[in-house]
Amino acid sequence: MQAESQSVLANQLVTLFRQFLAAGSVLSREEERRPYECDGLSVYRQLPLLVVLPETVEQVQQVLRICSEYKVPVVARGAGTGLSGGALPLADGVLLSLAKFSRILDIDLQNRCARVQPGVRNLAISEAVAAHNLYYAPDPSSQIACSIGGNVAENAGGVHCLKYGLTVHNILKLEIVTMEGERLTIGSDALDAPGFDLLALFTGSEGMLGVIVEVTVKLLPKPEAVQVLLAAFDDVVKAGDAVGKIIAGGIIPAGLEMMDNPAIRAAEAFARAGYPEDAVAILLCELDGSQQDVEVQVGQVKMILQDCGATDVRVAASATEREKFWKGRKAAFPAVGRISPDYYCMDGTIPRHQLAKVLEGIAALSEEYSLPVANVFHAGDGNLHPLILFDASRPGELERTEAMGGRILDLCVAVGGTITGEHGVGIEKIEQMCHQFSSAELQQMHALKAAFDPAGLLNPGKAVPTLHRCAEFGAMHVHHGEVPFPELERF
Amino acid sequence: MQQAFAEKQALRISGSGSKLLSGRAVSALPLDITMHQGIVEYVPTELVITARAGTPLQELESVLAESGQMLPFEPPHLGEGATLGGTIACGLSGPRRPYAGAARDFTLGTRIINGRGELLRFGGQVMKNVAGYDVSRLMVGAQGTLGVLLDISLKVLPQPACEHTLVIDMDAATAIITMTQLANVALPLTAACHLPATSQQTAQLYLRLSGAKEAVMAAVAFIKNKKLKNKKLKNRKFRNKEPENKQPTTFVTENVTEKKNGDGQACAFWRDLRERRLPFFTDAGALWRLSVPPATPVFHETLPGECLLDWGGAQRWLKTDASADAVRAATEKTGGHATLLNQHGAVPAPLSPVLATMHRQVKMAFDPEGILNPGRLYEGL
Repeated sequence: MQAESQSVLANQLVTLFRQFLAAGSVLSREEERRPYECDGLSVYRQLPLLVVLPETVEQVQQVLRICSEYKVPVVARGAGTGLSGGALPLADGVLLSLAKFSRILDIDLQNRCARVQPGVRNLAISEAVAAHNLYYAPDPSSQIACSIGGNVAENAGGVHCLKYGLTVHNILKLEIVTMEGERLTIGSDALDAPGFDLLALFTGSEGMLGVIVEVTVKLLPKPEAVQVLLAAFDDVVKAGDAVGKIIAGGIIPAGLEMMDNPAIRAAEAFARAGYPEDAVAILLCELDGSQQDVEVQVGQVKMILQDCGATDVRVAASATEREKFWKGRKAAFPAVGRISPDYYCMDGTIPRHQLAKVLEGIAALSEEYSLPVANVFHAGDGNLHPLILFDASRPGELERTEAMGGRILDLCVAVGGTITGEHGVGIEKIEQMCHQFSSAELQQMHALKAAFDPAGLLNPGKAVPTLHRCAEFGAMHVHHGEVPFPELERF
Repeated sequence: MQQAFAEKQALRISGSGSKLLSGRAVSALPLDITMHQGIVEYVPTELVITARAGTPLQELESVLAESGQMLPFEPPHLGEGATLGGTIACGLSGPRRPYAGAARDFTLGTRIINGRGELLRFGGQVMKNVAGYDVSRLMVGAQGTLGVLLDISLKVLPQPACEHTLVIDMDAATAIITMTQLANVALPLTAACHLPATSQQTAQLYLRLSGAKEAVMAAVAFIKNKKLKNKKLKNRKFRNKEPENKQPTTFVTENVTEKKNGDGQACAFWRDLRERRLPFFTDAGALWRLSVPPATPVFHETLPGECLLDWGGAQRWLKTDASADAVRAATEKTGGHATLLNQHGAVPAPLSPVLATMHRQVKMAFDPEGILNPGRLYEGL
């Protein structure tokens, strides 16, 4: 019965959408909708009711007006590289793809900014301005594929966040269409805008408040010099100390990455980066700035690494070697993918001084659940990416993996961190939101969503759990014989 | 707070009163937060400090300085007892802003009480955090209209080892071109300001370079060698409006401040600029703050009057007889916005009808009875 009424609704919508969208921009047949059933987190799949691919802002407005009128939920999607299921479609909803918004509209060299459509790929921006010695700083590892609209929706980071910030620090202005089809500008071409900082609010709002149809990004001059050091350690704690001491020394590296032994071995087997495979941990430290700055800092960092007990410190002798050092780190995820049928990437962030404690906790959980873990860590900013290795074809293993992932995130929250540093909550970490936030805090977030989307039609069910949902999750945790945060109010 | 909510009692959140004129006047029952002070947590290697809203900014900055760190957005105090809460609520940033970031950029987490009297915590003490909406940054610049700030966690950075200030005789049009050219090169520039000519002094460009001594000295040499002179401006927008070719001519002064927290002449200049205490600001009368794209050409033709350029051209202080409408129209045309500062407070640019509606709805979401600093930001907000 429900399926029948859904197909009636779908037909109705197709007729309405085709009045202003080309036939090829309204996808209703199952085989056409199939490619949109998941984003980068492919363990969750759902066919959308319909897929639309508008090309103009007016068309987006019309789509949203119609969906508002018919009370049809909408999920916006960029390149679909997100890792938290934020763009997972809804069975009774329209998937709004912004893939056709792929033009760079204006590059203003004088004011160092670029006005781009949301479907423009992250790396394409830097490529377009490279000849002018400029670049767009945030560089999530998916930067060759991910789109800027999605970057804004998720507040994407990357390996250079500690020094250059996240997406929120690198954008000036957004054009938004609300669920009711109203277009508005937030932020400005200047460094600030009057009124509330809605630009910050929209960044990382996971498509819950409005649809982003244009982004003005800041551009930075490329640093004159870059250098990378690779240090090997026989102890994770020593590597962690080195990170703290580099920062205490007044140095802010452009990138500061740590990998543990399983991650090192996987990356080395895959990328042949020349990593010491017997090391318990390695640190990669990138320094940038003027020639003089980098020279001075390389000397300082080298000394600190040695003082902290590094068993080996290498300074890249050439640009090729520098790239090689990075190649292993950048290939860490696919490399782990090669040694295990499946892996599950976590994204907790912790205060850095808690690193040893958290790694110990992860090792204990790994044993408890009999699932190996490889750790890749944005050490500079405390963002951990434990990769849980599993085999989804074995019955129950995915569930066990998710349960273990949840425990890792609980641990991150318990030491004063957060469940997600840069991948977003999406559908994946919705349960952990109940652990990180109180019911009043979640209610405040719902009220904020209602301020922009009173009917609750934009990406419903993502990012912020309903209190009802938290109550269900709470019950599940009790069932496992443990309530992680007994002081929190439960519904 | 809960009682105020129940009784719909409007509250005026007050600290030291240093930023009374940074918004509109509020007449309501004062809620004094100055007693809620102290540093909650500070681990220098984490680059994060958490302090209560009533903590004097001066105290916070001295604690950071002891560990060789600082608030990177160089906040204006605008008064002796300025508190952290007021600084964040007003979202003000100093000369370093275009190069390092603004108050909101360094705000990582807050604990607040909303208009329903609920104690809420958003964000955290870590650099990267995308769990839930970024309510903490929404609080920055909201001037207490969405919540009473209790604790604030901020990202901090190491102080530079060396600072060097260059002062160059130059007119405003050339200064805008120079500042633009310099910002397009990776230099350790941390402030750029242009002062208009006075009866005693020609117009001057002030540049501050900060970082490792070697890097600063190399940058100073780079600027002094006028390597920039040979670089043609690749401007598409303003090509036809380029002023006459007046390149930097005289380097009048160099002020070197190598001692941390030094109190040299250069330091005093940047502090007085930050605090709006330079002679330019001292004569009474209406003052406009124009926030514009940095390379915007001089406004001479449309807006007569004296103009001081800060933030590499992105923040301009204007004293003019032009009508408010004329100032707002000229500023909006650039893609920026203008705020009028007078003896009654600050009058920001009006919001578009659709944005104004959004603002009212956001306000309702936090403060349904409108008891928090009513009217401080805009009428009805």
